[in-house]
Amino acid sequence: MTRYSDLVQEHFERPRNVGEIPNPDAEAVVSNPACGDTMHLYLRIEGDRIVEAKFKTMGCPAAIAASSVTTEMLIGRRIEEALAITRAEVSAALGGLSPQKVHCSVLSEDAIKAALRRYRPRQTEG
Amino acid sequence: MRQVYLDHNATTPVLPEVLEVMLRYCRDDFGNPSSVHRYGRRARVAVDEARDAVAALLGAPAASIVFCSGGTEANNTILQGVAAALKDKGRHLVTSQIEHPAVLDTCAYLETQGYRVTYVPVNADGIVEPEAVAEALTEETILVSIMHANNEVGTIQPLAEIARLVRERGILLHTDAVQTFGKIPTRVDELGVDFLTFSGHKLYAPKGVGGWYARPGTPLRPLIYGGHQERGRRSGTENVAAIAALGKACELAARDMAREAARQLQLRQALEHGLRERIPAVRIQGEAAPRLPNTTNVAFAGVEGETLLMSLDLQGVAVSTGSACSSGSLEPSHVLKAMGVPAEFLHGALRFSLGRSTTREEIEYVLAILPGIVERARALSPAATP
Repeated sequence: MTRYSDLVQEHFERPRNVGEIPNPDAEAVVSNPACGDTMHLYLRIEGDRIVEAKFKTMGCPAAIAASSVTTEMLIGRRIEEALAITRAEVSAALGGLSPQKVHCSVLSEDAIKAALRRYRPRQTEG
Repeated sequence: MRQVYLDHNATTPVLPEVLEVMLRYCRDDFGNPSSVHRYGRRARVAVDEARDAVAALLGAPAASIVFCSGGTEANNTILQGVAAALKDKGRHLVTSQIEHPAVLDTCAYLETQGYRVTYVPVNADGIVEPEAVAEALTEETILVSIMHANNEVGTIQPLAEIARLVRERGILLHTDAVQTFGKIPTRVDELGVDFLTFSGHKLYAPKGVGGWYARPGTPLRPLIYGGHQERGRRSGTENVAAIAALGKACELAARDMAREAARQLQLRQALEHGLRERIPAVRIQGEAAPRLPNTTNVAFAGVEGETLLMSLDLQGVAVSTGSACSSGSLEPSHVLKAMGVPAEFLHGALRFSLGRSTTREEIEYVLAILPGIVERARALSPAATP
């Protein structure tokens, strides 16, 4: 089995921001059909800034750690900044993923883009 | 922290009595068996005695046993060696979809060398159906290779029936018995095989030693040439210490086989029963099939096996996933896929393989911690994709 960095292990053991956001401003479910990993990302957005991010992921330890670190990276960012997050940054934030596990960071990048590209600010009533 | 090793199908520790033998032939009787002097003669005796012990476990003449570096080399030698020896007779081989990579990858290599290979499927219980093998045979078929028991799920193949159908056609039959050798009876006449692969480190001997049985008179071109050791069938100075250790391990296996098989089966059943009682949505692979007493492959719906493996490892329990994901491929296990395991279970399999050291307390420890681990992994998982 792949050796994991301390950061992967730490995020795997204590993942941040696990859960769901009821009635989120943006969300996406992305999967990798080959390995079966699935990530559900939920975002709450105020103005053009992400104020809350939560996730649920089925996958290997690296996929769970990548999801966890991604939510940390998202919170506080503006939408444009969030869209600029790359798989390389996700991987770097975990101390680097082995070649076999790079696809786990791809899942995170895909989830961010899928959620935010569909995002339209809510129209306030009245 | 408590340490529980439940990965005996991957490898086993060297037993103390076996290590004693090994050290003797590393340190004291270190001679080269090809030497004529007394050092050489003592080493030769050790190799001969080990050959007798292996032969006894296989019910075969000692002269039919050849030692080599292990199961992978033995499988390579037999598949490539028979293919080369019989290439003018035919260029078709038959194997199964659930073989070990040492067989599958060798077959893939032979396919690049002008041979044709048929990969017979298995049924949902992980069993190769003898009729399916018979149907795959052609006028061109020179060798059939079907494993004795599968390493991932433990299913025992109906070799005697397969042998009857294969040999009445005058075709040679090989079995990779790495997972059964020393665990359950492997007498070659009962199995009806012409070739059999065995390995040392699955039965408490060291890594780097194993070998094969070849029925006297069967054609086999060597893979390795050199100093004519093993009667020219496998050259290279004999790994005397490891071979002697393997001989000792065979003696102990023969002595304890029935008792250990019954004991480990009971513990395995307790594990399966307990997991099923405590965890919802559990699937035991090949449950209806005859299986190795020490092996169970259990899948948990909606989670990833490697996540469970790592959580267990953090609490001192060593198991393996059925999945090849960890070895670099994203694909789920070829064995579980061949068995048609439903998608929700395909990525969430763990293989528990018990051994001599396994105790009831260890099984109870696993039963105490695994429900929480699965629950946590499931809580992390998204609800069924909308």
